[in-house]
This record gives sequence, structure tokens and C-alpha cells, in this order.
Amino acid sequence: MTMRLEDARVVSQEPVPGGYYRLRLYAPTVSPQVRPGQFVHVRLPAPADALLRRPFSVYRTEGPDLEILYKPVGRGTRAMTELCPGVRLNLLGPLGNGFPRPSVDHIPLLVAGGYGMAALYLLARESPVRGAVLVGGATSHDILCVPEFERMGWEVRIATEDGSLGHRGLVTDLLDAWGAAPQNSKPPELFACGPHGMLQAVAERAIRNDWTAWLSMDRAMCCGVGACLTCVQKIRDPASPDGWAWVRICREGPVLEARQVVWE
Amino acid sequence: MEPDLTVQIGPLRLRHPVMVASGTFGYGPEYAELVDLAELGAIVVKGICLEPTKGNPVPRTVETPSGLINAIGLPGPGVDEFVRRYLPFLRQFPTPVIVNIWGHTVEEYGEVARRLAAEEGVSALEINVSCPNIKEGSRAFGVHLDSFRRVVDTVRAATDLPIIPKLAPNVPDVSVFARAAEEAGADAVSLINSIPAMAVDVETRRPKLANVTGGLTGPAIHPIAVKLVWDAARAVRIPVIAMGGIMTADDALEFLIVGATAVAVGTANFVDPRTALLVRDGIRGYLRRHGLASVRDLIGTVQADTPSCGEPGYTY
Repeated sequence: MTMRLEDARVVSQEPVPGGYYRLRLYAPTVSPQVRPGQFVHVRLPAPADALLRRPFSVYRTEGPDLEILYKPVGRGTRAMTELCPGVRLNLLGPLGNGFPRPSVDHIPLLVAGGYGMAALYLLARESPVRGAVLVGGATSHDILCVPEFERMGWEVRIATEDGSLGHRGLVTDLLDAWGAAPQNSKPPELFACGPHGMLQAVAERAIRNDWTAWLSMDRAMCCGVGACLTCVQKIRDPASPDGWAWVRICREGPVLEARQVVWE
Repeated sequence: MEPDLTVQIGPLRLRHPVMVASGTFGYGPEYAELVDLAELGAIVVKGICLEPTKGNPVPRTVETPSGLINAIGLPGPGVDEFVRRYLPFLRQFPTPVIVNIWGHTVEEYGEVARRLAAEEGVSALEINVSCPNIKEGSRAFGVHLDSFRRVVDTVRAATDLPIIPKLAPNVPDVSVFARAAEEAGADAVSLINSIPAMAVDVETRRPKLANVTGGLTGPAIHPIAVKLVWDAARAVRIPVIAMGGIMTADDALEFLIVGATAVAVGTANFVDPRTALLVRDGIRGYLRRHGLASVRDLIGTVQADTPSCGEPGYTY
């Protein structure tokens, strides 16, 4: 991993239906280094009332540019919506382990909750095999990027809790349906990004069905490089007297295999 | 002529007065890809105790206006694993390594100090008697004078390394603790540790930290730290190492002017890992601008008898 600090420049920013924003940055040092599932740590320009950097999954890269998809949910992300083209923004990245390369002996199944889709785009692009994307959200507005995945040759199946698009229900219903379908010759390999509860439900199904599942975990973090020990997650550790150990989501994660994770 | 940035902390000579503070820079390797560790004034590594510790449950930190409350709870590998895993890496650099130590009991402090004293590559020990996130031992040692003295005495008896008690901010008179440290044979004191703090989610009415309370750091505490450093520096002859919310060279200069011999950058490392080096450059520029030959000519030069009165140059 070669992490770098870079003064990126805002290329464009546009709102996306559902209250999301797509921010495009010119970051010629960081962008080409980004592997699927990695993230960047963004320092907001003063005078934003946000001391710490904010971590974001990289949605797409294109040459020297990278894009992130975010929703304004707090002080930092609200300030970000004001960013205009030309503004300088310090990036730290790429960070984290990222997803492993999908196995050609499996069918890759990308499982996304809401804008978890954004963290799976690069994986879908770089994957040596195409498979299916299962995406869920509260309403049709939370289902993002579907045409992009379809253009890359992925089959997209959708679930919404209110039934406004696709199956009425949860993304895990789609996963259960996949598991019940007898026509699949190869076993699936899961790559998931979404809310904590969704990831746990995906992990339970993966373990029950003996599937491999790579989960991109989200945790509040400060430093992003493994120094502050804020973003720790419990994993199983037979070598430890009490059977568990912490890993740092920013360093050993954000991607963990379902069997490692201790859910609380 | 280039200003002289060297300072002396007891027997320890620093090439410049800007270190990185304990708990904000890991054990060194975490930031090695981003910062040339050889350029730091000193590295103060995260707190080490006798046995491996897991620290507190999550959430461990929360951002507050101009600050950060943490309740990490001093997770660490234990002293032997620290020596095995991190000291060889740190020895590659010419930078002094100051190991922050803590214990659940007075005896533990002594044992950790003894084991570290036997190792090559440890330049000094910072004695953490003021972490607000450790229930037993450590926190109480920093706010009760008797136990504070016992810890410093015990570490002093255990090692010839320079020792630096880190003082708690939440005491009625910090100068009393600074003097007690000096009398016990400390080579310097460092201050301030984080300030006990709490934040509550009003919707759920639950504390935002799993540990309920934590310690506040960051720019929010800087003016408090300046006052306490000023108090401590006037009370003792040994050097004072100042920390608390340094984001810029000016923040560090304030500490030097009120009497600190060196400073440490903490929370700012999370925002920009280069901060310590930018602060060093800023101090050098200041010395040039003011025609000072050495940073030592600046230490303790605050004009406390002639405060600013809103004349031109006073910025609001």
C-alpha cells in the first residue's frame, strides 16, 4: 500500500436523486493507485466546523480523477455540499485493504445496501468474471448506479422496503432466492457493502450456506492509518485467551471475511 | 544565519523542539509512509504497560466543536512485545524515542521502567499518570499528590533514563504537581493530558462514548493548556514539554513564549500527519523574522506585565 497526501481539486459536484451527491476530484497521485474497496480520507476546507477528516469509499476512478458518492448526514458532509469546482481538498489515500480479486471459480455476487453500491463499482469493473448485483434500499431513491453496473455486463436485482422498485422487501430476500435457485453451476462469492445490520444478515447467510463473503465494514475513524485505534472491530482470534482480538478497520479492513467478524 | 532550533530536555538533546504526542502517532510505522520520522524532534509512542491490554469498547471517540473526545483506554501490546515488535523499527531513525508508560499499580510502573531501561533505543520515559480513561490506578495517580509522588519515586528508582511525568490538567494547582515531580528527580514534566469530558446524544439520551466519559483534546483545549504550561513553567527549573491543541506554528510559539522548552503535536496528526514538521518550519521562520539566533532565546519571554490592549496588531 502506498498512501499519499495530495491536494486534490474539485472538478465537479452534482446532486443525485435521493439526497446524494457525486463529487469528482482531480487527484492524479492518488487516483491511479486506488484498488476496489479502498477509501480516501478527506480533509474539509476551513472554515468547516469539522476538525477531523472524513473517510469515503472511492466510487469510480478515471485516469487522474476519482469520484465519491455521499449523503450529507452531519457537520462534515453538509459542508461538503458547498464545494465548488476549483476548490482544493486534501486527500489521504488510498487507504485500507480493499476487496480481494473475485475468484473465477465462483459467481461474484455483489450485495449492496443503499449507497454501499458506490463501494462496489470498481470491483465490478475490475472483476475477471461478471455476476449479479443484489441491491436494496428503503425506496427507489436509494437505488443508485444501476445503469452503470448493467452497462458493465452485470445483472442487477433490486429490492425496496416500500416496493417502489423491484422486489418489495430486503436485499437479503434476493440473496435467499439466489441460494434457493438450483440452476447455478458455480457457488457464489459474496462482496457486500451496506449498513451494519445488512452486513450481519449477509454474513449469517454466507456462513449457513458455506459461501465466502467479503464485507466492507464502516466505522467512525480519526486518523485513517491505524494510529488512533478508534475504528476497531472485534474478530475471532483462537490465539487470544478470550477468543477475540481487535482489528483496525482502516488498516486490516475495511474488508473482512464473514467468518472473522464477531457481531455485537 | 539559520536559527538554532536545538533544545535540551535533561540529558536529551533534540534537534528541534517539536515532537509527536503519545497516543496520536502509534508506535511509528503507522505514519512512516507519510512522514520522515528522522525529521521529528522526538517520537513519543503510545502508552505501554506490563501486559497486553485491549482497551475500551467502541465507540471510542467523538468529534466535538474544535475538539475530539477520546476514550481509547490504552490498548497495547505490553512492554515485552513493544520491545520485540517496534523498537527495532524505531532504532533505524536518529530521532529520540520517548516511551509513554503506565501501570495499574505503582509497582507496575517500576517494572515497565526497568524492562525498558535495559533496551537500546529508548531515550526517555514519559510517565502517564493522567489518562482519564483508565478506571483504576493511572487516573488517580495524576490527581492525588501522594500517589503521584510514589509513582515518580518508583520510576526514578527503577531507571537512569530521563523521566518525564505527564501532568493532569484537572487539579487545583498544577504547579504543586510540577514541583513534586522536580523534587522527585524528574528530568522534565509534560502537560497537558486530555481534559475529562463527556458528550450525549440528545435523541437517544445516551453517552456518545461506550466508556461514557473521555478526554478532550484538539484546538478547543489549547488556551487552557497555555495557562497551565505558564503556571508549571514558573514553578520549576526543569524543562516543560507542552501539548494541547497545537494546530499551527503560532500555537506552538505560544507555548514556548510562556516557558515551554519543547512541544508535542497530538490530535493535529490525525488531520495532517505533517503538522509537526510544518510547525517546526513555522518556528524557524518566526525566529528569522524576529532576528532570534536560537529558539532558546524565545522560551519564557512572555511579556506578562504588559498585556495587549486592543491596539493595532491585536487580532480578534
